[in-house]
Amino acid sequence: MVETENTSPPSVPPAEVEEVELYHATSFWTKYVFSQDAKIIAIQYSGVAIAIGFVALVLSSLIRLQLGFPEMFDFITPETYYQFVTMHGMIMVVYLLTALFLGGFGNYLIPLMIGARDMSFPYVNMLSFWIYFLAVLVLVGSFFVPGGPTGAGWTLYPPQAILSGTPGGKGLGIILMLVSLALFIVGFTMGGLNYVVTVLQGRTRGMTMMRLPLTVWGIFTATVLALLAFPALLVATVMMLFDRLLETSFFMPSLVEFGDQLSYGGGSPILFQHLFWFFGHPEVYIVALPAFGIVSDLISTHARKNIFGYRMMVWAIVGIGALSFIVWAHHMYVSGMHPYFGFFFATTTLIIAVPTALKVYNWILTLWNGNIHLNTPMLFSLGFIVTFLNGGLTGLFLGNVIVDIPLSDTMFVVAHFHMVMGVAPILVVFGAIYHWFPKISGRMLHEGLGKIHFWVTFVGSYLIFFPMHYIGLVGVPRRYPELGDAAFIPDSVATLNSFISLAAFTVGVAQILFLYNVFWSLRKGRPSGSNPWRATTLEWQTPHTPPAHGNFGPELPLVYRWPYDYSVPGAAEDFLAQNDPGSLDSGSST
Amino acid sequence: MARQKGISMGVALAIVIIVIGSVLFHLFSPWWWTPIATNWGFMDDMISLTFWITGIVYVVILLFVAYCVYKFQYREGRVAAYEPENTKLEIWLTVLTSVGVVALLAPGLFVWFQFVNVPEEATEVEVVGQQWFWSFRLPGADGKLGTADNRLISEDNILGINPNDPYGQDDIIIDGNDLHLAAGQPVKMLLRSVDVLHNFYVPEFRAKMDMVPGMITYFWMEPTRVGTYDVLCAELCGVGHGYMGGTVLIDTVEDYDLWISEQTTFAEMTTNTGIEFTNLVEDP
Repeated sequence: MVETENTSPPSVPPAEVEEVELYHATSFWTKYVFSQDAKIIAIQYSGVAIAIGFVALVLSSLIRLQLGFPEMFDFITPETYYQFVTMHGMIMVVYLLTALFLGGFGNYLIPLMIGARDMSFPYVNMLSFWIYFLAVLVLVGSFFVPGGPTGAGWTLYPPQAILSGTPGGKGLGIILMLVSLALFIVGFTMGGLNYVVTVLQGRTRGMTMMRLPLTVWGIFTATVLALLAFPALLVATVMMLFDRLLETSFFMPSLVEFGDQLSYGGGSPILFQHLFWFFGHPEVYIVALPAFGIVSDLISTHARKNIFGYRMMVWAIVGIGALSFIVWAHHMYVSGMHPYFGFFFATTTLIIAVPTALKVYNWILTLWNGNIHLNTPMLFSLGFIVTFLNGGLTGLFLGNVIVDIPLSDTMFVVAHFHMVMGVAPILVVFGAIYHWFPKISGRMLHEGLGKIHFWVTFVGSYLIFFPMHYIGLVGVPRRYPELGDAAFIPDSVATLNSFISLAAFTVGVAQILFLYNVFWSLRKGRPSGSNPWRATTLEWQTPHTPPAHGNFGPELPLVYRWPYDYSVPGAAEDFLAQNDPGSLDSGSST
Repeated sequence: MARQKGISMGVALAIVIIVIGSVLFHLFSPWWWTPIATNWGFMDDMISLTFWITGIVYVVILLFVAYCVYKFQYREGRVAAYEPENTKLEIWLTVLTSVGVVALLAPGLFVWFQFVNVPEEATEVEVVGQQWFWSFRLPGADGKLGTADNRLISEDNILGINPNDPYGQDDIIIDGNDLHLAAGQPVKMLLRSVDVLHNFYVPEFRAKMDMVPGMITYFWMEPTRVGTYDVLCAELCGVGHGYMGGTVLIDTVEDYDLWISEQTTFAEMTTNTGIEFTNLVEDP
């Protein structure tokens, strides 16, 4: 056996700084509304994100109504269809997944897992949430303005995004979208700086970086990516706002709209695409890396086995994060950029497949020789492996520039990115909620309902997105409200579309089951105790469940070992908590 | 205990069914790519190669997961192995994955090199997109397209062709009609947009590229199969995006020559060829 982190002697370094006095809220308003406690902020973030996520879920059902049963619903016109598609995409990527993983899970788990009493800057943390909330309100507001929300596609490509041929292009829709994004980025930056500083500075004694749970590594790296990537989107939104309101021409060349010469000239639509995807590709990993980290911890805990290749997992997370900044133009192979870029970006994109594949190997090697509990969190983790593997492999089609040429802008792309950054991370979100709900509420979620929820969601999503690849292979373009009468599309595609829609409605309805489970279990769920999964990480070792203000009672925990001491030979229990000094002959003999 | 075993069996079986179902769906799916009409068969070959490599990885990994779930289900008293790392195994997996990636990337970049290098004998064909229809321009007898600019677009000059460019006078304009191409003659498709992004997309051609206002983008191909093909727009261009249809025909050389002799040139279309270029750019 090779030497690893668990060999550290059972001692911790002396404290370098005195503990800082924690703020103390006194009134209802400062405790629960304008709260500075990361745990409350986490729940606020998660609640708003899930609520707006349900709006996106309804929008997806409207999209599937149109695609599965075209011309049956008069209220779905091309205009509203594009508005549904745009808002669905934008909400899911930014306002749900980014906010939930970083603002929700990040806030709840970072301080607890690293042994801190709270985030480093609680007041800024509170501001972060309220600005996010404002961004969501502006976004929702755009549904109610004349002309409705923007229908420019979630990529908001100019020139069409700010012209009259696109819904919301000449109205308030696009303006509110851009303002909302800018607000989101401001709010996120406050939270993000906080998460990074807290991980770097707030760890308890003994919690070295290489003893951090992979969940924290995933969220930490994703936050660093977001802090570097979102500014590119911010400048793009501001420049587009100028183009729209002040008639500057950052992204606008001279063009003729429906016979009229417009006053724009000299700008570059492709510049916007570079800025957008310089944000947009890291964004994929901003969503994926926390999912990678969380699923690692779920698999390890519920298979009662140490994560396989911890150091490799950490370096893979960091490596993927770094590489994600030099692959962005694989979204632009058919954009008209210089074709020689294709050589570079195809190469970097396929290189990123190597660390990603290693992570998949390490998850499944963690299962090998484990003692696998097939409970809800584990089932969702297995569902993640299936869908992420599927979506990752189809990424090898689209990342390889010559294969992308025929497939880009078809339904193949839609199927691919839903599988890899829609279904896969959301299965992790669910797994994580089933896993940490007992810590947050003190009660277990109902296991039977959870399993039904899992099977319907997982199998249903697979039935939606697996066949969809083949619609793209036929050549059906994305962002078409109906198939039209092109000769190459056989009638059977319409039948398949109806089938996919039915699967989508089923998955949508199943989410009500999840909500019911959450609300039912909050009041009636089986009491969980403080550590129902017999897990090693610090959040399960708190004196109170749910953790009280300040998290850890009078003394902060001291950390003696890495987070994956499951089934250590010779140990009395099948897990050794990170703050368990143990005895010299257990867990430290390897 | 029996119940535990039943559950793990069920989950393992579900994963196996997903694997077998996916493979069978792939093999027997009636939904497959259109018969190709150009020289880009390499692209189809690359898709097939990628299906093979990724398909094998998919099946192997998922069957491994199914086996683990079945074999290492929770049992009271079983102790999981304790194995934090296995450097040798990790190196092997890295090397194998890298080999797979190179096997996809190397031929892919080789074909990409052909795709971006246009052969000398390719003739130019211009496609112009606007909300929400297509127009086309062919170089005429001199074999060269005249220059054009969106700022020159007017009712008399729908494609913004520079009236002072002698190369433009014999250009053939196809407005509101089908484009014809000759089989066996490589073409460089020059792509232009009047307003927003579009994408000239004919599934049977495989090749496609965005059209960007202010730029001329391109791809090349050699039409190989005589027939009539639908043109679609593949880059979101506003509410009419899904309805921006057109038609392109690949003719035999004889049919093509006959067709082209019936087309009108830019000079024939413009009533007054003396439009001053300078006037137009001063006040666009």
